[in-house]
Amino acid sequence: MLLNEFLFLGAFLFATGVYGVLARRNAVLVLMSVELILNAVNINLVAFGAFRDSVVGQVFALFVIAVAAAEVGVGLAIVLLIYRNSRSIDLHDVDVTMKG
Amino acid sequence: MDWILNHFWLVPAIPFASFWLILFFGKRMPGKGADLGIVALGAAWVGSAWAALAWIRRPTTGSGADSLRRYIEHNYTWFNNGQIKIRFGFHADGLAVMMLVVVSTISLLVHIYSVEYMRGDVRYTYFFAALSLFTCGMYVLVTAASTVQGLFGWELMGVCSFMLIGHWWEDQANSNAALKAFFTTRTGDIGLLVGISILYFGAHQTFNWESLNQQALSGKIDHTVVLWGAIALMIAVIGKSAQFPLHTWLPDAMAGPTPVSALIHAATMVVAGVYLVARTYGVFWSAFSIGPGTHAHHGVNILAVVGGVTIIIAAMLAFVQDDIKKVLAYSTVSQLGYMVMALACGAWVGGIFHLFTHAFFKACLFLGAGSVSHSGSHHSFDMKKDMGGLRKHMPTTFKTFVVASAALAGVFPLAGFWSKDEILLSSGRNGYWWFTAVGVVGAMLTAAYMTRCIYLTFFGEYRGHGHPHESPKLITVPLVILAVLSVSAGWLNAFGLHYFADWTRNEVFVAAHVKDYPFSLPLAASALGLAIVAAAFAGYFYVREEFKLRGLTERSSLAKAGHEFLLNKYYLDHLYTGVIVKGIRGPIADGAYWINQNIIDAIVNGVARYSRLAAQFVYDGIDQTVVDGAVNGVGAGAEEGGIALRTLQNGRVQFYAGMLFAAAALLGLGLVLFV
Repeated sequence: MLLNEFLFLGAFLFATGVYGVLARRNAVLVLMSVELILNAVNINLVAFGAFRDSVVGQVFALFVIAVAAAEVGVGLAIVLLIYRNSRSIDLHDVDVTMKG
Repeated sequence: MDWILNHFWLVPAIPFASFWLILFFGKRMPGKGADLGIVALGAAWVGSAWAALAWIRRPTTGSGADSLRRYIEHNYTWFNNGQIKIRFGFHADGLAVMMLVVVSTISLLVHIYSVEYMRGDVRYTYFFAALSLFTCGMYVLVTAASTVQGLFGWELMGVCSFMLIGHWWEDQANSNAALKAFFTTRTGDIGLLVGISILYFGAHQTFNWESLNQQALSGKIDHTVVLWGAIALMIAVIGKSAQFPLHTWLPDAMAGPTPVSALIHAATMVVAGVYLVARTYGVFWSAFSIGPGTHAHHGVNILAVVGGVTIIIAAMLAFVQDDIKKVLAYSTVSQLGYMVMALACGAWVGGIFHLFTHAFFKACLFLGAGSVSHSGSHHSFDMKKDMGGLRKHMPTTFKTFVVASAALAGVFPLAGFWSKDEILLSSGRNGYWWFTAVGVVGAMLTAAYMTRCIYLTFFGEYRGHGHPHESPKLITVPLVILAVLSVSAGWLNAFGLHYFADWTRNEVFVAAHVKDYPFSLPLAASALGLAIVAAAFAGYFYVREEFKLRGLTERSSLAKAGHEFLLNKYYLDHLYTGVIVKGIRGPIADGAYWINQNIIDAIVNGVARYSRLAAQFVYDGIDQTVVDGAVNGVGAGAEEGGIALRTLQNGRVQFYAGMLFAAAALLGLGLVLFV
């Protein structure tokens, strides 16, 4: 059973996602990076599920996909509103308004 | 047939309902509320008459003086207070039914009479509402099965009499009279509360009248307890039924409209005290050892003394009044004395029979006086200034007034003759001969002052300034009805007839062995003869100008002093207002003020001073340092922490995300290292 390979793939995807979230300035790309993080987790869940001969992992993965779809819906709506207000989706332009 | 006796609560409920209806809808009715009142009283009268018929047709047990109709009583739980259950109920027996008939008849006629008499009054609707409630109060008292419920009706009447006596309160004298009536009867009411409480605890915690009577008669209550209970109740009777020395409120109560006076004097309010004695007779019977042959050993029968004194002093006062209503008022006081004395001398039937007949002729007299002032003397009640010679102008009023006066004076064969005779006979046969003598003297005085009253009002020359004429039908018809009743009511208990005694006799009466005596001709004839002599003397005194005794008060200083004494009503009002009230207002009030200033205020000031010292210490030592320190410390800490943490809130979204991942990484590291 190839578990380690899947875990490495998951770790790579996770790291790529974290880099995207922290470094990219485009809000849509940040959202896409969040999706990468979630899918890294999905790969881990399915891999561990297959490793343990259980469907629970796949069920959880399905849940995560469903929640991720909702999250993207909300996230894109926010991005759309930000764009409407400031004619930009650069996160550095948003920073001023987010200051507490 | 017994349905109404089983649903006795209906009778008081009708005027109670009409009170609220008149209050809320009276002004919108075509008759301004009078129609509602008359319909309600008509219904109540039908109920009372039905109850009377049902009662008469009830089967009797026993025979002769022991024949008896069993009472009907229904009790309901009012409220439950732990161990004590307070009940209310309705007690239907001959006495209650008789009272219902009297109250309904008088009240209905008074309502009809008031339509004309009160026409155009400022508070016409309100007047009828109060009349309804007043009648309701009396109904509640006479249908009650327990003392507490009776107290309820009793006080209801007190309030209504206050409202009605002070009906024309714009005049200071009227509102003073209302207050006087209220406070004087309230003084007696203290006795009622105390008496009810004493008897409640004495009689093994019961308020029930029947049970109280039976327990008192069978000796289940200690005699001392019964005696004190009866004395307390007697004080209530003295207040409510205007007995000496608390009778002073009743003549002043004449300030109210005349129909109210008729109602108060004939059917409600003042006879409540007499009714209380008759209803609680077992208690009075055993407390004062009323029974024949027993009183000699048990000291003085105070109740009889109170009644006897009242008869004489009130009758004497009636001679010096110029106000026709005040003559009648003192006459009522005197007749109430008769009833109380009769009950106290064992003449139970005589006492309540006199209540029954007196209601009709006294109502007739009051309504007649009202008729005179309404149409004859231009709203004045002064016999010497504004009346005289009215017999030609007001024939119907004159005739009914004379008939009722004759009945009051006890002329054969009118109602008053039979009831007065019953009292004189029974009290004498029970061994109270002294009180019989007092009764005979009272009858003579009654005959004489009524002769004076009729002479001054209806004979001689008209002294007023109006245009006297006969009153309209709404006034004369009730007068005629009452005059007919004054003639006929006595035949219920004339010689050979004892319907009244049979119908009203109850369990207490039988258990106490109250005696019923047959008619005695010599006594009746001598009482009647003496009364006629007195009346003739009074008539002669006024008719014959050259009569030697006329002007005696100007010639003889002794007679003048007596006259003055009577004019000032034995100085009782001076005693009450001048000595008692002034005493309370003067030295006692000063003393109370001194105590207030020097003792109570000193205590209050001292407490305040030490409170201030303690408060100062708490402020300096605890509030400012400990509490404020803690609060300020928390505030300062929060502020410093806020300043430090503020730098993290730099508004850069990706910085926040970095924090998030860093925290997650730290948590993961902790998980790996320590778990």
